[in-house]
Amino acid sequence: MIYFEEVSKMYPDESLALDGVTFSVEPNEFISVVGHSGAGKTTLLKMIVAEEHPTSGSVLVSSEEVHKLRGEAINRLRRRVGVVFQDFRLLPHKTVYENVAFAMEVAGRTEKEICSDVPHALDLVGITRKTWSFPCELSGGEQQRVAIARAIVNQPEIVIADEPTGNLDPENTYEIVQILKRINSLDTTVIIATHNTGIVEALKNRVVVLDSGKVVRDTSNPSLLV
Amino acid sequence: MLFTKLKRVIRSGFLNFWRNAFLSTTSILVMVITLSFIGSIIFLSAILAASLDGVSRQVDLSVTFIPEAPSSEVLALKEDLEARPDVSSVKYTSREEALEGFRDRHASDRIILQTIDELGRNPLGANLTIQAYDPESYQDIAAFLEPEHALGADENIIYRINFRDNELAIERLTSLIGAVERFGLALTVALAFVSVLITFNTVRLIIYTARDEIAVMRLVGASTRYIRGPFVISGILYGLIAALITLALFYPMTFWLGEVTEHFFIGINVFTYYLENFVQIFLITVLSGIFIGGISSYMAVKRYLKI
Repeated sequence: MIYFEEVSKMYPDESLALDGVTFSVEPNEFISVVGHSGAGKTTLLKMIVAEEHPTSGSVLVSSEEVHKLRGEAINRLRRRVGVVFQDFRLLPHKTVYENVAFAMEVAGRTEKEICSDVPHALDLVGITRKTWSFPCELSGGEQQRVAIARAIVNQPEIVIADEPTGNLDPENTYEIVQILKRINSLDTTVIIATHNTGIVEALKNRVVVLDSGKVVRDTSNPSLLV
Repeated sequence: MLFTKLKRVIRSGFLNFWRNAFLSTTSILVMVITLSFIGSIIFLSAILAASLDGVSRQVDLSVTFIPEAPSSEVLALKEDLEARPDVSSVKYTSREEALEGFRDRHASDRIILQTIDELGRNPLGANLTIQAYDPESYQDIAAFLEPEHALGADENIIYRINFRDNELAIERLTSLIGAVERFGLALTVALAFVSVLITFNTVRLIIYTARDEIAVMRLVGASTRYIRGPFVISGILYGLIAALITLALFYPMTFWLGEVTEHFFIGINVFTYYLENFVQIFLITVLSGIFIGGISSYMAVKRYLKI
């Protein structure tokens, strides 16, 4: 599904974010990318949606080399990948409903589809009662649920989440992790980046550990990490 | 599909406009100033054109004949002048009419009237007042009236051509109006340009506040046009509303200035001018507003689309 082949990324200030990263993600897998701040987790995830370009190596998503895509092809790829950010990044002037509907409008879905799918996605993340609120009226946990609803509403093949629980308390963290597990059980590949080893343990899934831009461990037994 | 997208872009543009009420108001106010400057260019050039035209019409060439000049010769000369393509009109004042006019002008001055009476004859000659289409032709007409051209040089019946006296004043006035016209227009155009830049920066500032939003739209896969569309629609709305406000403001402003311009400048009332040319001024203001608003937004969004 996703292949990283010898991917390196050097930023203009000469800092090396990724250094020869190679690994693959199978369809419907749930993987956690773990590492300290600055280990290269965010850069790695950004490459899946062509937000960052590798200095060398290549990233393939469904056999398409991401960084050779141009214009509308990038937009099409981004509609197939749902993204959840640590800082939620909701559109502040749109309601919860409109934020989620926006992702569907962008994908060119009809009003009828939007009317039936948006409530469904909001229900899946448990935020239905806040449908007509604006983001500023929501708590962090609620905003993150909306962001997840937006990421999944187009039924993407892949959902990537960059520190989705970074700004949340333990209770909300637990709930967000449960939602992501539920999404994975609906045949969606999920990749999360986190530095919270507690989450990794709770997930009991495959873990890729990054350190200074290198993959230092790739294991399906997270308990070994502790 | 295209229709659905267009509908969504327009709806989103209206919503952005409404939900960013404070920023929308700011940029509308800035645009009102810009459009007022553009409107002032229209009014100023109308005033200056009318002034120049008025001065030209006030300039004439007056030929006074000696009292002995036979009226048949004067009338013959009048016909000759009327035949010239650069002459717009020639007005004949007979000796009697000249005297009557003189008496009227000096009705309160008894000494002058007494002197005239004592003379026992009419000391004034007939008079021709010539108007040219273009003030610059007076030179040629005056030359035409020189004895060698008009009257075969045997007898000069012309007492005085007063153009010579006014020539310098006329030239100075014409060039002064020309200079004022150029300076005024240059100043207004410069101010309009500066205020277009201010509008552009205001819109840019508004879009700067939306840069994160634009990035999010990009990352959920929105196309360039789909992101830019609502901003351009909002920009067009700013322009449209600003234009309507400006046009509404012009009404009391020109009404108030109408009297002043009518008396200070030569014969143009800006209020009447505004009402008579409303359609034209409406179109120029509205189209400028839409154009400035739309283009500013279009260009400002461009910067934040590079993700």
